[in-house]
Amino acid sequence: MKIGVFVCHCGTNISAVIDVQKVVNDLAKMPGVFAMDYKFMCSDPGQNMIISEIKQKKLDAVIVAACSPCLHELTFRNTLIRGGLNPYMLEIANIREQDSWVHTDRDKATEKAVRLAKMAVAKAKRNQPLFPQEVSVEKSCLVIGGGIAGIQAAIDISSAGYQTVIVEKEPSIGGKMAMFDKTFPTLDCSACILTPKMVQASQSKKVKIYTYSEVEEIGGYVGNFNARIRVKARSVNMEKCTGCGICWQKCPVKVNSEFEQNLGPRKAVYVPFAQAVPNVPVIDCVNCTYYRSKRQNPESKGLCRICEKFCPAGAIEFDQKDKIIEEKFGAVIVATGFSAFDHKVYGEYGAGRYKDVVTALQFERLLNSSGPTQGKILRPSDSKEARTIVFVQCVGSRDESKGVPYCSRVCCMYTAKQALLLKEHIPDANAYVFYIDIRAAGKNYEEFIERVQDEYGVLYLRGRVSKIYRTGDGALLVRGADTLSGTQVEISADMVVLATGLVSNPETVKLGQMIGIPYDKNRFFTESHPKLAPAETQTAGVFICGACQFPKDIPDSVAQAGAAASKVLGLFSQEHLMLEPVLACVNQKICNGCFHCRAVCPYNAIDEEILKDKSVVARVIESKCHGCGNCISACPVSAVDLKGYTNEQILEQLQSLR
Amino acid sequence: MEEKKEKNGFEPRLVGILCRWCSYQGADLAGTSRLKYEPNMTVLRVPCSARMSPLFLMKGLTSDIDGILFSGCHPGDCHYISGNMNARRRFVIFKKLLEFAGMEPERIQMSWCSASEDKKWADIVDSVTIEVKKTGPNNKFK
Repeated sequence: MKIGVFVCHCGTNISAVIDVQKVVNDLAKMPGVFAMDYKFMCSDPGQNMIISEIKQKKLDAVIVAACSPCLHELTFRNTLIRGGLNPYMLEIANIREQDSWVHTDRDKATEKAVRLAKMAVAKAKRNQPLFPQEVSVEKSCLVIGGGIAGIQAAIDISSAGYQTVIVEKEPSIGGKMAMFDKTFPTLDCSACILTPKMVQASQSKKVKIYTYSEVEEIGGYVGNFNARIRVKARSVNMEKCTGCGICWQKCPVKVNSEFEQNLGPRKAVYVPFAQAVPNVPVIDCVNCTYYRSKRQNPESKGLCRICEKFCPAGAIEFDQKDKIIEEKFGAVIVATGFSAFDHKVYGEYGAGRYKDVVTALQFERLLNSSGPTQGKILRPSDSKEARTIVFVQCVGSRDESKGVPYCSRVCCMYTAKQALLLKEHIPDANAYVFYIDIRAAGKNYEEFIERVQDEYGVLYLRGRVSKIYRTGDGALLVRGADTLSGTQVEISADMVVLATGLVSNPETVKLGQMIGIPYDKNRFFTESHPKLAPAETQTAGVFICGACQFPKDIPDSVAQAGAAASKVLGLFSQEHLMLEPVLACVNQKICNGCFHCRAVCPYNAIDEEILKDKSVVARVIESKCHGCGNCISACPVSAVDLKGYTNEQILEQLQSLR
Repeated sequence: MEEKKEKNGFEPRLVGILCRWCSYQGADLAGTSRLKYEPNMTVLRVPCSARMSPLFLMKGLTSDIDGILFSGCHPGDCHYISGNMNARRRFVIFKKLLEFAGMEPERIQMSWCSASEDKKWADIVDSVTIEVKKTGPNNKFK
């Protein structure tokens, strides 16, 4: 076997510390090794040199001693292809990042470079040509989460002509954006810009929407994911229902509406909001009289059934069951969004005891003309108009003691917006904002904050609120510090609005573990690269967008959704995908069928195979194998090996250090 | 006295077996950040710390290597879901066995190092080098 070693100077990046000539001389002394150096191996002349040496010297394998394989492994693999070699006959000795850049002693660094190069030669001696495996691509995308990010991604993918499925756990798509009154800084009505998108998605022939549904299981790999989706029983036939609304008008059961943030009622049969898509109600089995009576006495006919009686379409189906749908997808976009921080841990703000201390989302509903108060700002406790409102920022943001050290990014802006809207609703109202810092980094954001302060006269106080308590007349006394003037402030307010931060969805961890997306310490999904791959994840074919990655405002969510969609389209534009050939393989002559490999495999990639002599041995399902090598270390008889990182290769490398 | 002198001038041969997703990239970042550390360790790249086989430890320790470091992603960060946890279990058990056989524990080490922990990587290499220097040349399995 003839091996060529090409040592790079990298200008002076390597040669300033390492005696390149000595490395070449030392390596050339090895049997069957040809060595040479060049100023820039990765440059065109450098690569052409490698190609011509491969052909002239009839090399079987190539070592490039240069920068990290993370940088130019692909470059040099292509060089090998151009030289007529299998790309996996390349080995890289990392003598820049892990040698010349971290050491100063010339002799020792040179010695290390020789060791690294010799180790690469030792491995290359055992290299085998490898061939990437070709897999087909199922050109359909699963979008988990039907908020603005999920809707946008689905629209983008479907408009390119590919099938898309949205799975939303609520009865309607729309997500949190549907709850907002207006959006900052343009004060567009949120519903006016969201609902057309919801309708566009629902009317597209290429978009299938499963609401009131959850993804139960996802398996497979890029291009070929299998998902099991549970469509929960609505108790209403979606085909028959016309959305006329008679059922929820007649239903006698009133409960707090989740959509209205518990400020208003809904019925036991309900659509969460008027513009819901699909406009088909669900029956809330927990509160519905029929289901309650059935639970108490399963033999009875069941009480109430008013909705069934009045429904002109005969769409009420009390005996509906959950439906399980299994589908194949080529890519998955996760857009599961956020939850609002639960402010009950703040004892100083009343821990949820005071009705008139509301969250920002509740205030959003109070501002909304289709909300529980028809847009009048009424105190939840006595329905009196609130004329003095204190806004408290950073509730569940930038507070390490509450486990939320990060900034939620949107609260400064939405607080300013809410203060402005308050002033528009009641021009002579008093609005005070307690803040730590104002973070208004966005197009026209800073100007918006200025406008709220200057034009609308909202008073900004820099400091924290130390205590909120109720006085005898029902007012709330807000005590805080104004650190700019250095004084204590006490404000008697009708209402307090807490700018609750954004926290991760409770299902994030479960979902992340199921699909293979890592999450950070705040339980937001981790992107593949924080700068260069913000919509990708470490699992090929799985993408993220929206606030499930980190708190984001609407434009950022929409932009990331578009990015995720374009990555999916890139994937779908290929007929076949090439997967890395670094895979486990079983020597079935040696395998004793103990299946220790199966126990440690994180991907269920080990299958049983019955040989002619009836013995049961392991087989690697190549399409499922990710090539981690866990099974090899578990195998007691060394029957499994990892192509590209075989036991032989690694032992040879260790031996070379002798 | 003479033995001590030999120990002081002793340059150990160390090998680091690093997973390609976290530790190897952390080591690369140490280079990009131009941190400086001891040159004794030669790094071998594997896909995952779970690729670590007791075989490698035995081979290394019987072929003139004075110390071996395994390094992978932090718990929970494994690119292959749980490989690093399997690696840790194997490592702990096998290290105990080697200790029982008389091997100094300093020669066999494991660490978690993420792709962003350049300083940590430099510190790990330095501390392993110093510890093995103190322990002296490996001739237990000869």
